[in-house]
Amino acid sequence: MGSTPLVSTVDQAAELLKRAGASGQQVHVVGSGSRGVPNPTDSMPLSTEALNRIVEHNPGDFTAVLEAGVPLADAQAAFAAEGQWLALDPPAGGTIGGLVATADSGPARHRYGGVRDLIIGITVVLSDGSVARAGGKVIKNVAGYDLAKLFAGSYGTLGLIADVAVRLHPLPLRTATLVGESTEPARIADAAYALARRPLEATCLDVSWAENTGRVLVRFGGHTAEERAHAAEPLLADLAHKSVVTDDDDLWAAQRARQRTPDGVVLKVSGRPTDIRTVLETARDTGATTVGRAALGLFWLAGPADADWVAKIREALAPRACSIVDGAGRLPDGVDIWPAPDAGALTVMRRVKARFDPARVFRPGTFVGGI
Amino acid sequence: MEALISKFRDIVGPEWVFTHEHQLRTYESDGLLQYQALPAVAVLPGDGDQVRDVVAACAAANVPFVPRGAGSGLSGGALPIADGVLIVLSRLTRVLEVDLDNGRICVEPGVTNTNVSAAVGPNFFYPPDPSSQIVCSIGGNVAENSGGAHCFKYGFTTNYVTGLEVVLADGEVITLGGQEPDQPGYDLLGAFVGAEGTLGIATKVWLRVVPVPEATRTLVAFFDSTREAGEAVSRIVQAGVVPGAIEMMDAVTIVASEQMAHAGYPVGRGAALLVELDGSEQECEAQFDDVVGICRDCGSDDVRVSRDEAERQLFWKTRKAAFPAMGRMSPNYFVQDGVIPRTKLPEVLTEIEALATEYGLTVANVFHAGDGNLHPLVCYDGRVEGEAARAEELSGRILDACLSAGGSITGEHGVGVDKRKHMPKMFAEADLDAFQRLRCAFDPAGLANPGKVMPTPRLCGEVPGPYRQHPLEAAGLAERF
Repeated sequence: MGSTPLVSTVDQAAELLKRAGASGQQVHVVGSGSRGVPNPTDSMPLSTEALNRIVEHNPGDFTAVLEAGVPLADAQAAFAAEGQWLALDPPAGGTIGGLVATADSGPARHRYGGVRDLIIGITVVLSDGSVARAGGKVIKNVAGYDLAKLFAGSYGTLGLIADVAVRLHPLPLRTATLVGESTEPARIADAAYALARRPLEATCLDVSWAENTGRVLVRFGGHTAEERAHAAEPLLADLAHKSVVTDDDDLWAAQRARQRTPDGVVLKVSGRPTDIRTVLETARDTGATTVGRAALGLFWLAGPADADWVAKIREALAPRACSIVDGAGRLPDGVDIWPAPDAGALTVMRRVKARFDPARVFRPGTFVGGI
Repeated sequence: MEALISKFRDIVGPEWVFTHEHQLRTYESDGLLQYQALPAVAVLPGDGDQVRDVVAACAAANVPFVPRGAGSGLSGGALPIADGVLIVLSRLTRVLEVDLDNGRICVEPGVTNTNVSAAVGPNFFYPPDPSSQIVCSIGGNVAENSGGAHCFKYGFTTNYVTGLEVVLADGEVITLGGQEPDQPGYDLLGAFVGAEGTLGIATKVWLRVVPVPEATRTLVAFFDSTREAGEAVSRIVQAGVVPGAIEMMDAVTIVASEQMAHAGYPVGRGAALLVELDGSEQECEAQFDDVVGICRDCGSDDVRVSRDEAERQLFWKTRKAAFPAMGRMSPNYFVQDGVIPRTKLPEVLTEIEALATEYGLTVANVFHAGDGNLHPLVCYDGRVEGEAARAEELSGRILDACLSAGGSITGEHGVGVDKRKHMPKMFAEADLDAFQRLRCAFDPAGLANPGKVMPTPRLCGEVPGPYRQHPLEAAGLAERF
């Protein structure tokens, strides 16, 4: 196979995909390749690297239109110049397209929601070469079906994401984080509930477990961030080593980093806040590290690239869905990346795939239920 | 149809199957009264199983159906098919589970929006708050992806629905999402919410609820013009403040609302801006003075801060009185629901004013200013020949102006039957085709609420069979670009 085809316009992508669709050539769209998603061996990479324009940034409207290949860091730098940001802080940098396709998220999801909540429009290219747009450029809009959400987290299996319109938020003036520790998962869980049930308007609320120590971290933003962090301290009465950190970027970078692994496997758990204790205990008992969004019930467990470990975690946390979001390629064949969804829902998902990608060229066989 | 009706009687009991004209009249319109159609039958299932059986009976007979919640929608989304089947969900009013440890509630679709908040109060609440919240049902909110005054800060229905039990148009029952977020697979939940009942009927709804904010501060500022008020909105948002709500009323609306609510609003002023901040006590205090300052800087010499909850309620009553109040001022009106980028507010309002003059009609403007969602009320007298048609044409021109400004034809009311003719102005054929792909994946027979959303009826073709793959000259392709 020759070098990776680069497309620099939507029309080129359409032309190329139309040919791929007509001939049945499998395709996987690549941004920066930062997410390490395994692809079928016969599949042709298609790079969006050259689709890299910030098409619009409308500071007054707090919106932007970005082509798929724009590096997230570049977009954030442009927005920051106007005191704004796209409130997504995934562990991997990568491109906008990769971020949307994987619906990756970080600690800021607590306050701002995930990709699905911040994407307001999308342009996609399908395997028959058709270019379709859904949503728009305004933050409130119910005209037509919300295909942006359908494509967010579809892992490149429905079509190529060419560009997206997003909602932006003001960058907080100041931030401050209250941290507390304990070696007992139950105490961490109780402190996290106490915080989650209060109207603190925190920007992030995380728990973590590493090296036999659990932590709760709650971040505030705005004029009064530091005061509010101190005011929340009594809610962590049962925790040790409490502190309020104002220069807190590194703390949160470390939280995000726990969603990835250089040499192991990361399982993402779709859970509930009341699972915190079980998840932390499971991490402790299996020598894993974990980070979680306490009020959302989402957790990432990092452990060895070992099928037995994956099975053990899945068993301990059943019936919660545990998906492999990093390091899947390091596992032997036969380990399911995706747990099976509701059987009825899966039937509709298969029909969605069949309607959007009837030629089955976009990463066939790689998604849930062999889609 | 007679055989189907008899089946319905077996499923739900004869007392819940309406076929007499006097019974069916109740259901001939939803909240948008200019469209009417009399169904042959209205069937009121009592639980999810009965919904499934009713839908399955329709599917077996290949008869389309229209789902209806409280019937308060403003786009004709629940308009019956003439002589067709209407499935009314208003008996499904049970709260199935409240789990505040996890910030969740599970309800049947007929539960009203207000009752969701009531079920999780006083410490939690459900943020999306359409003006009709006392009557409108959660099932309807899911269908329309309803917004409300507080959605600029808090988001829309779609940001709060974490799971649905859905009866597909073939009678199959599936679960999308659930109590836990981010379940594996396509986000069918995100696609279903806002699909206006064209993808199936939700019979259980899991919702996220959040803690009630610690503090709320509300003000109303009066300006000489909507332009000044619009400038204040922009500067508030640009200052990094995210108000819980930010609502604007123009001169005509102030007069109408004041007559009804008696809040002591100064008749004759050009615009009223209602700003509500909520959140932590400290942050609210810190930002409130900024907001007052911005309003004054932008030309307001009359800023009224609510002193207590009663006064706050009065401010809101006045805002929410806008629609009914216009009903007193004008025999008839059309409400539009266009959206524009917020910064285009002044120019679009100027254009609307010019259009109103051109058509010789009054247009009152009320809007969710934070997110640029306009609700122009085009007033007319239906007794004057041709005036309704002129008003409708003017409404269409207003939507054109919204689209030219980079906006949308609907922010929260939905497309329904009312705005489907405008869909091709906003979406190209390939876009509509992509919508149809989704619809066909859910409902290949096209039985769920047909004739809504899409501008023209479409049928689902067969899915092409598996492709016979043959090798592509990959190198050739690679060289192409």
